[in-house]
Amino acid sequence: MSVTILLPTALRRYAAESDVLRVEGRTVREALAHLVEHYPDLGHHLFTEDGRLRHFVNVYVNDEDVRYLQDLETPLKEGDEITIVPSVAGGRGGPSSDGSDLSEIARRAEQLQLSPEEILRYSRHLIMPEVTLEGQRRLKAARVLIVGAGGLGSPLALYLAAAGVGHLGIVDFDVVDFTNLQRQVLYTTHDVGRPKLQTAKERLHAINPHIEIETYETRLTSANARDILKEYDVIVDGTDNFPTRYLVNDACVLLGKPNVYGSIFRFEGQASVFYARQGPCYRCLYPEPPPPGLVPSCAEGGVLGVLPGIIGAIQANETIKLILGQGEPLIGRLMLFDAWRMQVRMVKVRKDPQCPICGEHPTIRELIDYEEFCGVEPEPVLAEELEITPRELKRRLDRGERLFLLDVREPHEWQIAHLPGATLIPMNRIPACLHELPTTDEIVVYCKTGGRSAQVLRFLYNAGFRRIKNLKGGINRWAIEVDPSVPRY
Amino acid sequence: MIRLTIEQLEAIKRYGERAYPEEGCGVLLGWVDGEMKVVQEIRPTPNVRRDSPHNRYAIAPQELLRLEREARVRGREVLGFFHSHPDAEARPSSDDLEHAWPWYSYLIVSVRAAVSESVHSWVLREDRSRFDQEEILIG
Repeated sequence: MSVTILLPTALRRYAAESDVLRVEGRTVREALAHLVEHYPDLGHHLFTEDGRLRHFVNVYVNDEDVRYLQDLETPLKEGDEITIVPSVAGGRGGPSSDGSDLSEIARRAEQLQLSPEEILRYSRHLIMPEVTLEGQRRLKAARVLIVGAGGLGSPLALYLAAAGVGHLGIVDFDVVDFTNLQRQVLYTTHDVGRPKLQTAKERLHAINPHIEIETYETRLTSANARDILKEYDVIVDGTDNFPTRYLVNDACVLLGKPNVYGSIFRFEGQASVFYARQGPCYRCLYPEPPPPGLVPSCAEGGVLGVLPGIIGAIQANETIKLILGQGEPLIGRLMLFDAWRMQVRMVKVRKDPQCPICGEHPTIRELIDYEEFCGVEPEPVLAEELEITPRELKRRLDRGERLFLLDVREPHEWQIAHLPGATLIPMNRIPACLHELPTTDEIVVYCKTGGRSAQVLRFLYNAGFRRIKNLKGGINRWAIEVDPSVPRY
Repeated sequence: MIRLTIEQLEAIKRYGERAYPEEGCGVLLGWVDGEMKVVQEIRPTPNVRRDSPHNRYAIAPQELLRLEREARVRGREVLGFFHSHPDAEARPSSDDLEHAWPWYSYLIVSVRAAVSESVHSWVLREDRSRFDQEEILIG
């Protein structure tokens, strides 16, 4: 293909003062190679020794940055125009914003030594030419914050501690629960009931006593996010809700920190690195959160236990590459992982020039109210007369009252356990089955923990039903307070 | 050597003052006359280093592409760039050195407490070891 290459002024003198050159090539790589063949001095300015484009050289084919196409393998058509555009940057210098730049890790690493025990411990890293002693010192100098010590946070923390990341911060306010043990491999049965961070710290120190662990037993909010995040070099997002994801993203953009992202749902996972200085941020990919209630949490939708293990380990891998400054991190790329079909897809993500926080004309300069942004409204409280506790229900049933027990869960939940004499009508079938409900007997609606049944209750009330009650705490609370032989789940 | 008019120099200073306490930046367009760069236009651009704008600047490549194309049509070229150093000297830093391209003129204006002081021009040495100060000709 015959294409034209436009050179920036600074490079013209290496091409006999021409700024528009005609070359041949089927791909960008071939076209540039053709150019460099005629003008070898250009090669030195455009490429590194190992043939990669220098980071401050941008290549556009017509109007597109080749990074968002197929890089140097981008195919060319007859008459295409390749423009080489310099990256222009600099500044007064000194510590950038709140203190940390990834290059500062290297500077801190120079001051550090590894003890003989550490050298033995990390020997499998040290013998790799991509890591070496210098790389291990970088890991030791690095400060990484893990937001969330749950499904993703567990493998993350375990592998980063094992790898020798010198300072690990972990944010979580939760307590270990039986339902966590299916996937949150930081915790054991012994730990149920304890605050997660207490166990995490013990377990991680047992793996690696040479690292420092700082715990933040608090909810991350717009009020504390900047203060907590600013102390760290890399932030890893292991959260499980949209408001916190947007909060972490925005704080990272404003502070100039990379945000190593991972998310899971049932058997699908995603991972990427959002580093606004070099590529897109979370908002460039997802400018708006989904409507509340559309994407269920793990408690509602379920998750294959091993999936966060896979994605969390990938996040740890990305974090280590960022610290070492080696390998190719997922900046500008989104990995889509399907554990069920065992398929991995990579999708390019562009930086959105209109992005309200990291774009060319940003409108967001402060952290906002993320609950509001995500449309999370506090649940309106049900009137007392419309609620019944498990104990009350038991008393009334024992007295022989005729009550219609309406179970609104899914069939597979019914199979785990259900109340004797109940009728199953899953929640989304209720509108079509109103005629099946009694108009004279009192209806007691229940689900797993009382959330879905409360929604159904409101629906029934609006449909004109008045002899209705919601079972507070659902069948789970019935199992605790009335009948322990009923399994909780 | 780089030639600017008094008005152009004043414009650069004002952009620096307006951007304070952040770094302002932009592109210098004009033409080359032998060894002299003759500036015809000063085009400010947004500083896309939103994470650290008080001591870092960057110009979006798409923006530069656009300006370069526009300039080409009018027979002009990119001669260099300007940026401001809030509360610091108009001398290049190690960050300036790390990102610099040869040949271009890098004009730096120091702005202290929102008032501009001096403007100096710098050109990167071929071996990338340092900048050499470039003479600014007014006229």
